[in-house]
Amino acid sequence: MFARLVYESFRRQKRRKLLAGIAITLGVGVATAMIAVATDIGDKISRELRTYGANLLVTPQEDTLDLQIGGVDLKPPSDGAYLNEADLPKIRGTFWHHNIVGFSPMLPVTAGVQSDGGPSTLPLLGTYFAKRLSFGKEDFVTGVKITHPWWKVQGAWPDENSQDVLLGENLARRLGRKAGDEIAIAGQEHRISGILSTGGAEDSQIVAPLSLAQQILGKPGAVRRLYVSAMTKPEDALARRDPKTMNAELFDRWYCSPYVQSIAYQLQEAIPHSHAEQIRQVAQNEGAVLSRIKGLMLLVTLAALFASALAVSAAMATAIFERRTEVGLMKALGAGGGSIAAIFFVEAALLALMGGAVGFAGGTLLARAIGLSIFNSRITIEPVLFPFVLAIAVVVTFAGSALAIRRAVNLDPVYALRGEA
Amino acid sequence: MSSPAVVKVANRRAGVRHTSMFLRMLLRAAVLRRGRAASALSAMVVAAAVATAMLNLYVDVQVKLRKEFRNYGANVVVVAPEGQTLPAEALQKVRSVIAGRGLAVPFAYVAARTGDGQSVVVAGTDFDEVRKLDNWWSVTNWPAGAQDALVGTRAAAVVSPQGKPFALSFQGKTIQLNPAGILRTGASEDSRVYISRQDFESWTGISPSTIEIAAAGSPAEIDGVVQTLTQLLPAAQVRPVRQVMEGEARVLGKTRATLLAASALIILTSALCVLSTLMGWVFDRRRDFAIMKALGASERLISGFFAAEAAVLGAAGAVLGFVIGVGVAAWIGRVNFHAPVVPRFNVLPLILVGSVGVALLSAALPMWLLQRVQPAVILRGE
Repeated sequence: MFARLVYESFRRQKRRKLLAGIAITLGVGVATAMIAVATDIGDKISRELRTYGANLLVTPQEDTLDLQIGGVDLKPPSDGAYLNEADLPKIRGTFWHHNIVGFSPMLPVTAGVQSDGGPSTLPLLGTYFAKRLSFGKEDFVTGVKITHPWWKVQGAWPDENSQDVLLGENLARRLGRKAGDEIAIAGQEHRISGILSTGGAEDSQIVAPLSLAQQILGKPGAVRRLYVSAMTKPEDALARRDPKTMNAELFDRWYCSPYVQSIAYQLQEAIPHSHAEQIRQVAQNEGAVLSRIKGLMLLVTLAALFASALAVSAAMATAIFERRTEVGLMKALGAGGGSIAAIFFVEAALLALMGGAVGFAGGTLLARAIGLSIFNSRITIEPVLFPFVLAIAVVVTFAGSALAIRRAVNLDPVYALRGEA
Repeated sequence: MSSPAVVKVANRRAGVRHTSMFLRMLLRAAVLRRGRAASALSAMVVAAAVATAMLNLYVDVQVKLRKEFRNYGANVVVVAPEGQTLPAEALQKVRSVIAGRGLAVPFAYVAARTGDGQSVVVAGTDFDEVRKLDNWWSVTNWPAGAQDALVGTRAAAVVSPQGKPFALSFQGKTIQLNPAGILRTGASEDSRVYISRQDFESWTGISPSTIEIAAAGSPAEIDGVVQTLTQLLPAAQVRPVRQVMEGEARVLGKTRATLLAASALIILTSALCVLSTLMGWVFDRRRDFAIMKALGASERLISGFFAAEAAVLGAAGAVLGFVIGVGVAAWIGRVNFHAPVVPRFNVLPLILVGSVGVALLSAALPMWLLQRVQPAVILRGE
């Protein structure tokens, strides 16, 4: 009898059930999309913040002081220690290698250049542009195109295996060269594949593949410093602690969190005789901006959850209120308050489950659309979210119905049947 | 009997009664069914509040986040040609251009030698200003006195491993310095020694070659600053720090877009909530509707009555909701950005029009359904 009552109610009141169902579906859809966006926004913004470039700098442990003024290196190239280029792919073997977006080795040297005004000595920077490397079975591409996204090239980036070079825009203007010209560096002709504009010191330099700089220096495999761009978690109290003072359990937690400090620690482990340090300008501010945006989205998500909970309860309350004659009839026929409430709650649960499932699917699509249109990447939704969202839908639907059900049950059947509630 | 004057008075009286009856109907409807009216109004208020809060946040988030982004330090740099210094009045000119909306900090550099002949870069600057410009610098103690130096962590290992006073020489002139604090940035600053500009100039006689500027404002405003400075300082090179500018533009754009999408969804949901509540409310009063119709009220009068009711509800909800929404936005601003979101009153008309529109729409739908039904059918309760 009970099952039949519920079944008939759904069969006969299609319009009302549809309206309540639509409200639940929309509410759950919006809630799902917002939860998905809010949980993923940290990751997405973190990726966007990588526009600021590398947040970690790896230098040789026994290095002498930098002698840079206004981006011009005064240190003799022969001075100081070097990292070994062969160690670099090992970065892909560290614990947090998925968080490492890219890295670029740098080797500043000076090179004799033959130009129209006679021979001169010019700074030359060796680096990777978009170098294909492999670690184990894995192939990956890294270089300044990833770690220094604000570098702009007019013309083309040099092919990694060629001997082509880029000319900084100020230097190009001074030498009167343009993309496609040839330039004699250290007695060899090189093609200028493009003109580089960075807004920094590189604008007055030659930027060449790393191997060319090593050849000029006469030290194969030498790297002066390494810029690493990694996605990190905002710093907290644990992050700032010295790993040497931690116990084993705490150390594991620290080591397995993508703090900029623990990634620096792992880089030092991976590359022998190196010193890794966070570039505070990028790393510190990244944490601040990230936590602000995450906090904002969290509060906005709460507002969305609140609004959809309210929409669902309003729809349910209206749906039940409209059925008070029915309640009056049931009561007149001798139904107890408990069994009437049970019918309504079962109906509400069924509606919530159906609306919740459809809403979850719709919300997933919505989140995906938001991710694709704003961040050009998919927002992934954890399947764990599904039972969680369904449970919320049922609870909210119940809460929204409870008051209306109570009023319906307490109603005097005589008034209800006469339609005077 | 009925002179024209009497008819006139009767007509006027009827007019008065007519309006007062209309008002009374509106009022009594709200009072008699206050439960339903209150739930409709609260739905309206919540929707308007949420919409206000979201719109306020959306407008204000740009300003708030720009402030966060200024922590990245300079976004414009003025550099003298290599080996030269900036003209003496350069700093004043820069400060007059940014006119209090930002910071300008001068830097002078030389490569000095330590006692045992090692080279180290020494920079002269204003510590008070640097502290504000580069607040990511991790400093153990900011120098205050004369001949106090801020020593980069890597430079410290060379010039003063035990933290003792040390001497530096430049072109035969020597200066004695106390390492007051250690600086750590992770970049080239770690290899430098920073001293105050007074000490620097009396020691080397060299004036600043670089001014780092953190200009506040939109990309267009910063572009304007760069243009003006280029004209004012033709000898120097004025360039935006593209790394900082581009990162800011990207993150800001994406955040606002996400917030816009979220606002749209939330406003849609709350409009839906209003729609279902109000529709229920109007539909629920089909007996009133039928009685009015049976007593001879015209369709226009009834529609007008329900529309007026919905409009009053919408307007009241919008005003109340606006006040609450501004409060919510201010709270979010305080919690998240540690600065309240300034209320935008130009949002109010938008909210008002939106609320009244949604209310009218939700009254119109059930009205349209009811108009096609005979009053007798409704009164019989079918």
